[in-house]
Amino acid sequence: MNLAITLLVAVSVASIIGTVLQQNQPYSDYLLKFGPFWFEVFKTLGLFQVYSAVWFLIILGFLVLSTSVCIYRNMPRMFREMQDFRLEAQERSLRNHKHNNEWKVAAPIEECMSVSNELLAHHGFRLREKSGDDYQLLSAIKGAGSRWGYLLTHIAIVLICIGGLMDGNVLLKIAESLGEIKVEKRNISANEIPEISRLDSSNLSYRGNVSIPEGGGANVVFLGYKDGYLLQQLPFTIEVEDFRIEHYASGQPKSFESDLVIVDETLKEPIRETISVNHPLIYKGVSIYQASFGDGGSKIDVKAWPLVGGKNEPIQLKGVINQEQKLQSAQGVMNLELNDFRLFNIQPSPEEGRKFHNIGPSIQFKLRSEIGEAKEYLNYMSPVETDGRPYFMSGVRSSPAEPFQYLYLPADSSGSVHRFMAFYNRLKDTKTLYQLALKIASATDGGGVVPEGGQEEIAKMMSMLVGIYVQGGMDAVVGAIESRIPEEKREEVAGIYVKILRHLLGVVYINLLKDEGQSIDQEMSAFDSQFFEDAGAAIGAIERYGSPFYLQLESFEHIQATGLQLTRSPGKNLVYPGCFMLALGVFLMFYMPQRRLWVYFRKRDGGVQVLLSGNAVRNEMDFAKEYQQVHDKLEEVFSPHT
Amino acid sequence: MVTSNQTLKLELGQRSLLQRLKPIDWIWTALLLVGAFFVYSEYANLMDLYEKGILVLTAVTLLVMGFSWRALQLLTTLIALLSLFGLSRYGGDLAQAEQDFFLKFMFSSQSAIMWMSALYVMATIAYFGWLFSQIEFVGRVASSMTWGATMMGFVGLMVRWYESYLIGADVGHIPVSNLYEVFILFSIITALIYLHYEKRYETRSLGGFVLLIISAAVGFILWYAFDRNADGIQPLVPALQSYWMKIHVPANFVGYGAFALAAMVGVVYLIKNRVVARNPGGLMAKQLPELNMLDDVMYKSIALGFAFFTLATILGALWAAEAWGGYWSWDPKETWALIVWLNYAAWLHMRLTKGWRGAPMAWWSVIGLFVTLFAFLGVNMFLSGLHSYGEL
Ligand code: HEM
Repeated sequence: MNLAITLLVAVSVASIIGTVLQQNQPYSDYLLKFGPFWFEVFKTLGLFQVYSAVWFLIILGFLVLSTSVCIYRNMPRMFREMQDFRLEAQERSLRNHKHNNEWKVAAPIEECMSVSNELLAHHGFRLREKSGDDYQLLSAIKGAGSRWGYLLTHIAIVLICIGGLMDGNVLLKIAESLGEIKVEKRNISANEIPEISRLDSSNLSYRGNVSIPEGGGANVVFLGYKDGYLLQQLPFTIEVEDFRIEHYASGQPKSFESDLVIVDETLKEPIRETISVNHPLIYKGVSIYQASFGDGGSKIDVKAWPLVGGKNEPIQLKGVINQEQKLQSAQGVMNLELNDFRLFNIQPSPEEGRKFHNIGPSIQFKLRSEIGEAKEYLNYMSPVETDGRPYFMSGVRSSPAEPFQYLYLPADSSGSVHRFMAFYNRLKDTKTLYQLALKIASATDGGGVVPEGGQEEIAKMMSMLVGIYVQGGMDAVVGAIESRIPEEKREEVAGIYVKILRHLLGVVYINLLKDEGQSIDQEMSAFDSQFFEDAGAAIGAIERYGSPFYLQLESFEHIQATGLQLTRSPGKNLVYPGCFMLALGVFLMFYMPQRRLWVYFRKRDGGVQVLLSGNAVRNEMDFAKEYQQVHDKLEEVFSPHT
Repeated sequence: MVTSNQTLKLELGQRSLLQRLKPIDWIWTALLLVGAFFVYSEYANLMDLYEKGILVLTAVTLLVMGFSWRALQLLTTLIALLSLFGLSRYGGDLAQAEQDFFLKFMFSSQSAIMWMSALYVMATIAYFGWLFSQIEFVGRVASSMTWGATMMGFVGLMVRWYESYLIGADVGHIPVSNLYEVFILFSIITALIYLHYEKRYETRSLGGFVLLIISAAVGFILWYAFDRNADGIQPLVPALQSYWMKIHVPANFVGYGAFALAAMVGVVYLIKNRVVARNPGGLMAKQLPELNMLDDVMYKSIALGFAFFTLATILGALWAAEAWGGYWSWDPKETWALIVWLNYAAWLHMRLTKGWRGAPMAWWSVIGLFVTLFAFLGVNMFLSGLHSYGEL
């Protein structure tokens, strides 16, 4: 019994550890968090997988053992007690019970007996009688349920623990320690995985995941194990015909569904069935769940607009999600790793009332330089409304732990990125820019004040300034000022520079509008002038964006992958009956407490002396009430107030 | 000398269930049947087989509970009538909540819940007022306000259920899906369990203490609604779309409610224990219930909570087997449910097999509340896992 409490406390403590220390994370995360020393200590103690640590399993084993022994020891006694009416009770011992009362009755003993018998039977007691020379004893019991309750709950605990152990990975641990299996840690495809990391389909219990693209199939699942995984062979093949996500009107996901086909040699016809969250399919003792989803290799068409180098034409690309390709850039060959495509992106809505809205498809990818440095990008296909204006948004970050920082490229009136790119290209075209600057400088020579050749100097300076801005943003301009201009003049010069910069950018922009066919005689429209501001800001931010390209998603063929979880858990067959017994047992235990009553009749002085006595091991207050009721009735019968 | 001429006459009361029923019980049965058929005929097209089973089970449970506790008959009938009245005022248009007088001030779920909140807080004060003044009228007001608050809480949830369908047919769901909703459930279930003991032990002196914890829950509800604006109805994520939610969550909250009540009774026990030792003639020592009665209520409440918590955990496991792919995943919420369960199992072992009583058990039941509270809120706040539906 004390052992039981100790074990329960041990299980609790282990459980607490398991919730405080996040379980089953990659080992590298733990190493980072705890440092090499504590990492080793925790790893040795099995704290990263508490619930399958050897010591935890041993505790559970002990709990099973001790509870079994407890049942084995108590069961005979309990059965005996259920049937034991304590007919050997003596008058003296009955008087020792907490509750007892006496009456003297002037009636035949048999009559006293039968009345009492009727009353107690009416109260639901089971009865036995015993008669001696000058006495009769009526013994009553109620509430054998609590004993059954004890048996049921404790047997249930044994069953549940054994079932749970069966469904855990004890067998895998044993096989691993015998060297029969080895955890695979590399990121390789299923058919490259060596035999020693594979489990055949006779494996008793498992719980693994697999991601299957639409139109694809799988006959294996991956079991996460320690810091790697094992490959589990299935006794059938699952093919996925279609995966669907449905949405609520507000945009939040409403359902995830997969149309599955189960192909198995033993089946005449393949089984076709649609599964969804909360509606798994069970075949051959294996449950197939809708667990997650992802991209199954969507095909995309992308236009890569060069952002660095001179004036350049965009490159047309074809890509497949989860694949990589080389991309020639002004900064050398880049590796483009396409990581994800999303059809819907649900965001909190800026509008009042509607809480979420969909901002359309996006791609997520990494661009890795030749030396292996990578930045991650998230590009939306369509312009996204921000403060009432459309922008092409592209997020960038250097590590997955950071949030994305966004570049906002203003969309033109036809909703494309063309005008921005045309503007940007013109600013990169240093020759034309110089010509333009020269023209401006000559027009503002101030009537010959500027010396001969001075216009060229000014034009050079102007176009150089734009060049600095285009390449390095405002930071670079500030840097240039700081390196060339003495401190006391900087503020003044900066003001002039910004004016010049704006002026030249403005002229380039107006030329662009002219070439687009707009008449510029009138005032520029609010849209166009705001576009100019935004484009200027975006250009200033491109240096920080850090990519030699802006990838514009043009079209796609969406291919999804469904994430399935497959479990085989034969322990269920013990756990479920165990649960039923537990629930039943607990209610029996609390709501059918055992109670005992005795009525003892002794012939005395020509009449009968009646002794009522009772006790209950628990629920004394309830018992006291019931005793009182019985007592009151007997009082009415044996000494009526006339 | 007694002569043998006494005649023994035993008149047994009418004990069989049918015989014990009064006319009012038959009216109640009829009303309940009509109600159940009404719900069935109105909503059968929205229910799957399991949900129909749950409806039948609910009706039968209510019937039996109504027989053994007649106050529930009135409560249920009023809840039904007021809820129906509320629904009828909507006329299928959610915007009525702001326009219709009755909805705006009484029966829209927001208003009903505000009434519930106000009444619980006032009832708490009234109970303490009664405790110190012993004016019978004040005591009655306290009890009535608790009943009224509980009624409004239920009406609020019923109307909210309907409102969720007005937002969208596919959005509609039983309002036990987020923290805001389950706190309301917690309050009304705890209050009901308390009212049951109030009648059974014929004492109001626990009222103030138990309602303290309900008032704390009300405080949370108000903070959550006004500061966090988290009282809106949200559609269900796919994992929650299951009939299991209808039984798993309420069963859990019977458990939580009973444990919370046991803890507050534990507090009363400790106070009584102390005042009796220090100042046996004092007001508190006189007003608070006997120690062995407190001990009994505490045991009953923990037993009730344990039984329902066992059920809820099992239901949760069955649900997990359907939604997450395994009946047990050692998810933090699951694990903490196990810890709570083990804690009370140990409590019960100590009381039943070792016969522990008194102050240590009272302390333990108070500590138990903190363990329960962590399982209920702490897990959502500090740990992450599959169960991240009600976030703080
Ligand atoms: C998770 C494990 C366990 C749980 C939840 C549990 C639960 C309970 C509960 C609730 C009771 C109250 C019984 C009643 O009202 O009659 C009880 C009684 C008892 N338990 Fe356990 N138990 C567990 C494990 C054990 C173990 C391992 C042992 C022995 C080594 C044990 C021995 C007993 C005994 C002797 C009683 C008293 C039975 C009686 O006289 O009625 N229990 N248990």
